[in-house]
Amino acid sequence: MWRVVLKRLLAALPNLVGVVVITFLLTRAIPGDPAAYFAGGAATMEAVEQVRQQLGLDKPLIEQFFRYVGNLARGDLGLSLTTGQPVLKELMARLPASLEMVLLSLLLACAIAIPMGVLAATKPGSWFDQLARLITTAGVSLPTFFTGLLLAYVFYFLLGWAPAPLGRLDPIFSPPPTVTGLYLIDAALAGDRALWWAAFKQLILPVATMTIFVLAPIARMTRASMISVLSADFVRTARASGLRPSTVLVRYALRNALLPVVTTLGMVFGFMIGSSVIIEKVFGWPGVGSYAIDALTASDYAPVQGFVLTMGILFVLLNLLVDLLYVLIDPRVKIDA
Amino acid sequence: MSTPLSTLGHIRHVLSDNPVTLVAATLFAGFMLMALLGPSLVPFDPLATNVGPALSPPSGAHWFGTDALGRDIFSRVVVATRLDLGIAFSAVLLSFIIGMPLGLCAGFLGGWWDRVISRGADTIMAFPLFVLAMGIVAALGNTVGNIILATAVINLPFYIRVARAEANVRRDAGWIEAARLSGNGNARILAMHLFPNALPPAMVQVSLNMGWAILNAAGLSYIGLGVRPPEPEWGILVAEGAQFIVSGEWWVSFFPGMMLMLAVFTFNLLGDALRDIFDPRKRT
Repeated sequence: MWRVVLKRLLAALPNLVGVVVITFLLTRAIPGDPAAYFAGGAATMEAVEQVRQQLGLDKPLIEQFFRYVGNLARGDLGLSLTTGQPVLKELMARLPASLEMVLLSLLLACAIAIPMGVLAATKPGSWFDQLARLITTAGVSLPTFFTGLLLAYVFYFLLGWAPAPLGRLDPIFSPPPTVTGLYLIDAALAGDRALWWAAFKQLILPVATMTIFVLAPIARMTRASMISVLSADFVRTARASGLRPSTVLVRYALRNALLPVVTTLGMVFGFMIGSSVIIEKVFGWPGVGSYAIDALTASDYAPVQGFVLTMGILFVLLNLLVDLLYVLIDPRVKIDA
Repeated sequence: MSTPLSTLGHIRHVLSDNPVTLVAATLFAGFMLMALLGPSLVPFDPLATNVGPALSPPSGAHWFGTDALGRDIFSRVVVATRLDLGIAFSAVLLSFIIGMPLGLCAGFLGGWWDRVISRGADTIMAFPLFVLAMGIVAALGNTVGNIILATAVINLPFYIRVARAEANVRRDAGWIEAARLSGNGNARILAMHLFPNALPPAMVQVSLNMGWAILNAAGLSYIGLGVRPPEPEWGILVAEGAQFIVSGEWWVSFFPGMMLMLAVFTFNLLGDALRDIFDPRKRT
């Protein structure tokens, strides 16, 4: 089995290389003088020249690329013009905020979409099936910023159930001592119930928005996968042997049907990372996405490129994780290798 | 046994079987009409300010209400149809024109072609696609043309994969061999024989991509890239209304957002319908 794991790890390497190459090309694709862009609008001629030397922009492209990779290896993603801080430091500080939202949404989406897909599969063509299809198609057609705004309007303005969409915590609370950066976990570790609730309440709307968006692929995949598994011979045998319908459904069919769903999760992560950028803007969430947008509006390019690179690498690693998870779950993979 | 249906008969059968498909087709026709005739039929100039009291709710005079500058939202939403659909259509067309030949070559010629092209497609897919679009627009400049380019780039892998799969399956088919024996060169085989066969699944992809391209362009505009105010575009219209939604003026964002959703919904359903027409086995 370790050979299979190693193969998967090696297969991820070209993707990592590709991500780095494309991000590098994007940094050099800026029309005009890249040195002027990185030095900033207010820079003098000498400052621009200094930046040019520093980034090695006067050297041939190949040498620039190796310099870039060297910088990456040292963790140097450049400096933000607006804050003067190293980009990597700022990204790492803001990453837990985005991760907390994404992870919670994934859990919620699976908790809703998988049972939905299973139920739709057991009664194909029924009203439930059509309704599920309608809900999931509608969910995926709604732009995330619109869903977010609608939810904020209904649940904050009209009903007053949710707090104002102003970020991770109500200003009267201060964040818990940092262990993981995820407020729910940190607040729980610190034993602060009021803080935990405050953090949880702020999370509800952004998480709901993202969940609605990703319900569709998970539910569809579960449904299609369940339908094909339920028509398999071994399920027929299980039923004929007199096993209870719930046993057949869960222990026999679902466990096999979940495999393609796991592979879909890789694609779903891509959607989530992309939509997290927008959701962060709608709810004022201090994550990496809003960091990149702010930098973009201020024509500050280093953070944007750092963001694209980080998200690319994160996505490759997440897909690798999903691949490895698949290897662990599916015993047939060992035989194929 | 009933007689086999003609193509038109088959289409009619699918449409009647699934009323949702009929709805999708009607909506699609509606959007086309709005895009083509909208600007000449709207009651107010979409850019004219103070045609009504600022931030007034939907009424008889202003069906969708007015925004903070007193502009008629209904006119703005209808006129935006042309821009949004135009951007999405251009991006998808560009992806199609570049992606299909690349995919066909990769699938049919194999070897070095396959390795390079597949590797390129995989590298694009290694990014979360919206993030890549942001990166491309940030690098190349904040214009509508670059939005179209960025959306086209991130949609390329879908067409490459579809074309590659179709070409690969038919590579060793007998009729391809026959075509080659008749003296057809590779180029002719790719264009005349393989391309028409790859068209049906590609058409499904085109429809689904249209919906996705619209969402993409709107998302990029929402965060401030691409189309700039006061140009009416659905994403920008929602962004303009975002600040008012928490104080109760819901109509400024609601109507553009609903129009967005309807457009994407239409193209998604249309894609499903096309899939049902072309390949009944893949019906979901």
